[in-house]
Amino acid sequence: MRTRALTMRPGSWLVWAVVVFFMINMVGVIGSVVLDSFGTTWFNGWTPAGYTGSNYSSAWNEFNLGQVMTVTFEITFLVVGLSLLLGVPASYALARRDFPGKRAVMLLFVLPILVPPIAYGIPLATVLYKFHLAGSLTGVVLANLVPSIPFVVYTMTPFIEQIDPRLEQAARMCGAPTRSVLGRIIAPLLLPGMLAAGILVLVRTFGMFELTFLTSGPTSSTLVVSLFSAVFSAGIRSAQSIDAMAVIYTGSMLVLLVIALRFVNPTQLVARSRD
Amino acid sequence: MTETIQSPANPTPIAGKKFSELRLHGISRAYGTHTALHPFDLTISGGEFIALLGPSGCGKTTALNSIAGLLPLTAGSIELDGKRIDTLPPEKRGFGMVFQNYALFPHLSVRRNVAFGLRMRKLPKAEVEQRVNTVLELVRLTEHAHKLPGQLSGGQQQRVAIARAIVLEPPLVLMDEPLSNLDAALRLDMRAEIRRIHQEYGLTTLYVTHDQEEALSLADRLVVLNLGRVAQIGTPAELYEHPCSAYVAAFMGYRNILSLTAEAVDGATATVVGDEVRLVGTLAGAEDGASGVAAGSRVQVAVRPEDFKLAGDGATAAFEAVAEVVEYHGREFQVDALTRSGNRVHVRTPERVAPGDQLTLTVDPKRALVFAEAGEAT
Amino acid sequence: MSAISLSPKPESATAPGPTKPALRHRLAERGVDRTLLLILPGVIAMAALFCYPFIYGLGVSLQPAKGGVLGAYKSFFTDSFSEGTIWKTFSLAIPSSIINVGLSVPISYRMRGEFRGKRLLLTLLVVPITLGTVLTAEGILEYFGPVGWFNLTLQKLGLVSAGHPLTLINDYWGVLFSLIISGFPFAFLLTHSYLSGIHPALEKAAATLGAGWWQRFRFVTFPLLLPGLLTTFSLTFVLGFSVFPSAMMVGDPDGKTHVISIETYEQALQNFNYPQGCADAMIMTAMMLAVIGLVMGVRSLFYAGSAGGGKG
Repeated sequence: MRTRALTMRPGSWLVWAVVVFFMINMVGVIGSVVLDSFGTTWFNGWTPAGYTGSNYSSAWNEFNLGQVMTVTFEITFLVVGLSLLLGVPASYALARRDFPGKRAVMLLFVLPILVPPIAYGIPLATVLYKFHLAGSLTGVVLANLVPSIPFVVYTMTPFIEQIDPRLEQAARMCGAPTRSVLGRIIAPLLLPGMLAAGILVLVRTFGMFELTFLTSGPTSSTLVVSLFSAVFSAGIRSAQSIDAMAVIYTGSMLVLLVIALRFVNPTQLVARSRD
Repeated sequence: MTETIQSPANPTPIAGKKFSELRLHGISRAYGTHTALHPFDLTISGGEFIALLGPSGCGKTTALNSIAGLLPLTAGSIELDGKRIDTLPPEKRGFGMVFQNYALFPHLSVRRNVAFGLRMRKLPKAEVEQRVNTVLELVRLTEHAHKLPGQLSGGQQQRVAIARAIVLEPPLVLMDEPLSNLDAALRLDMRAEIRRIHQEYGLTTLYVTHDQEEALSLADRLVVLNLGRVAQIGTPAELYEHPCSAYVAAFMGYRNILSLTAEAVDGATATVVGDEVRLVGTLAGAEDGASGVAAGSRVQVAVRPEDFKLAGDGATAAFEAVAEVVEYHGREFQVDALTRSGNRVHVRTPERVAPGDQLTLTVDPKRALVFAEAGEAT
Repeated sequence: MSAISLSPKPESATAPGPTKPALRHRLAERGVDRTLLLILPGVIAMAALFCYPFIYGLGVSLQPAKGGVLGAYKSFFTDSFSEGTIWKTFSLAIPSSIINVGLSVPISYRMRGEFRGKRLLLTLLVVPITLGTVLTAEGILEYFGPVGWFNLTLQKLGLVSAGHPLTLINDYWGVLFSLIISGFPFAFLLTHSYLSGIHPALEKAAATLGAGWWQRFRFVTFPLLLPGLLTTFSLTFVLGFSVFPSAMMVGDPDGKTHVISIETYEQALQNFNYPQGCADAMIMTAMMLAVIGLVMGVRSLFYAGSAGGGKG
């Protein structure tokens, strides 16, 4: 509430110096890529030899970006929808009830967040191969559900806990049957939380690399995986068009993030519920 | 779960560092265009118990935090026995403070909470032990010394907060509405506790509250604040008998503030009328007698509920009202009545009244205070 | 654990006798009622998509081509190349976590309270999360490369001689930078949120008791922050330990940054040695859980309750 003037002591200067150093290097890292994507050739020196936008169009065609973007958004929205569908009811039950075995269920939902994606991705990929789902859109969506559902649960449960249970009781006292209580009272209150959780899953799935990498095929790659493959595939691919693709990826991600930040605060992007 | 309070058997005295006076010269605090505290002067003598009284937003907490050093002053100075202390940060002023939500360190036991200030001063362990034990005995928390604050009840936490502030034997103890989070019975007990500690050990105290009963019962002197300005400073008796404005009167239990017009002024009394009400009251509000009330001027009349009497017929300076809500309070009735023109009056009377009764109310002129209507009407 | 027994509709009280309602009520008191049905879809999904593959993978890992049941595990630990991945992974994960958490403390401390531009600064610090591993990797390759701006600047400042630029890419350092760039915002946001959970009145109280800024930090803020820091460390460690694409792109995947995730991937999807790959995944998981368990165990030694200020 009160705005304090920033007091500048030697310690503060050091802290700000570190922050500024970090920022400068960030700008350098991002700048190199962006500049390169607009450059003709750049083998040494401070700047590229010339500038062009052709890298973007060549990247779009070369890497079939139109199709990749479509697939990416399909996958992402399917994951968001399914994880909300499966995760929100579960969070409601977890928030409202204390039952034997609750801790086991909470553990079940936290493990995919703690275990490295490669570690469970490899067995998962093996299983998907067994069921002939690997390489298809379904397989990728299923794989991405694994970290997304827990994420929804851990974001929504504290949110629901904050909604006074007496609201539901009051609705019942007014004679509302269960479906009305859920539909007219709970659902509207849940919407902001669901929106936040959905957006966070969207951003994370868009950027999720390992799982999609392990389970996708040529027609079901997301943008980030295509980018990686482009970097590593054989043949002469000009670095500039890859940079252009990377910039397109980051640009899309930034747009998503900006939209997300209008609805959620930055801490929720990374944290599950505070202990 | 009231906690019974008994005096400790052998109180070991805490020698509070006495000072002779703390002067606040024109201290004020403004945030940009908004002034939270207008220039405010006060001189506190060593050993006094001063209460800052007022509703929320009146600037009392701002004043307290400024004196503690937690807020910088935008103007003015604070001197302790002639030495300027407003330039010092809070850790160097050496004042003890009890916060509204106690601010007990949740990860430290009661004992370590109380010992904290002494450890910061790097006092020898033996002395710390002894002083902590003395104070814990004083607030009767010796059996709970090893517990964490989260394991204590509200009243117990409050006592820890007080113990932590006084163990340092500070020249001044600042208290920010310490009783407001307690339930009614506990509040009364803790009030007595605070009074006892002050009486036995004489630590100068500055106490912020919005509860006039608390302020009246604890303080040697009261400062009533309104919107950042001082409304009146005085002893409880002075404020109770001679409030200087309708605002202060309202705080001191004059629940009825009627906006009327003076019909005639006769020396120290005035006849006031309006809205089918006719009263004779005493002019109040200015010591020099120039109360600013003349025939025809708008006034505010302050009357305590217990000073309204039910009159028989034919009494002069009376008016009529219809009882609306009657509350039974054992030995008397608290009545909310409406005059014919819709003014609400609060009356306390030992006579049996029922809702709907027609009442004729009168008041002794000495018990009705007439103030000139000022800009700061509540 | 009692079995979940669900009566069809509570409204149809066609049940005879007192026993049926009693059981339903007894169960309801323990928190078991129809609401639990809501949990089933999620649990089933997790069981099918996480537990089953994991157990299946465990089974596969115990059926290697040779060496008996534990053959794949033995061969991991006996092969110095694969065993070396453990050290390489830890040597990336631990320093990066320490740096990330360590830097986040003074910076969040400085950014407490409200000030103009705070939202902007927070957003700027969070932006690196959006970049994605590939752009970060490309950026690091170019910026920190032998002819990139970083080395050019160092040469201009005379810190490095012209023919000998610093080798920062295709090396340990590139991966470390990548982990710091992606990990720091995450650690910072978590630390910032934990720090904000400490009631400011606690520090004010400490100040009135005579504590200077360092003493306030050491005796009040830090002890209350430590449990949160340990949690942040665990989560940051998970990120570092799982490092995969950056180790390949910016590091030296066959040498110095041949981390355990790369080893696992190569065994499973390049060598098609599924038992070995799954065994490696199990080992990876076990180590990760061991470290987290250790850190959380240490955390439980400290006061980790509410730091809200102790209202009655």
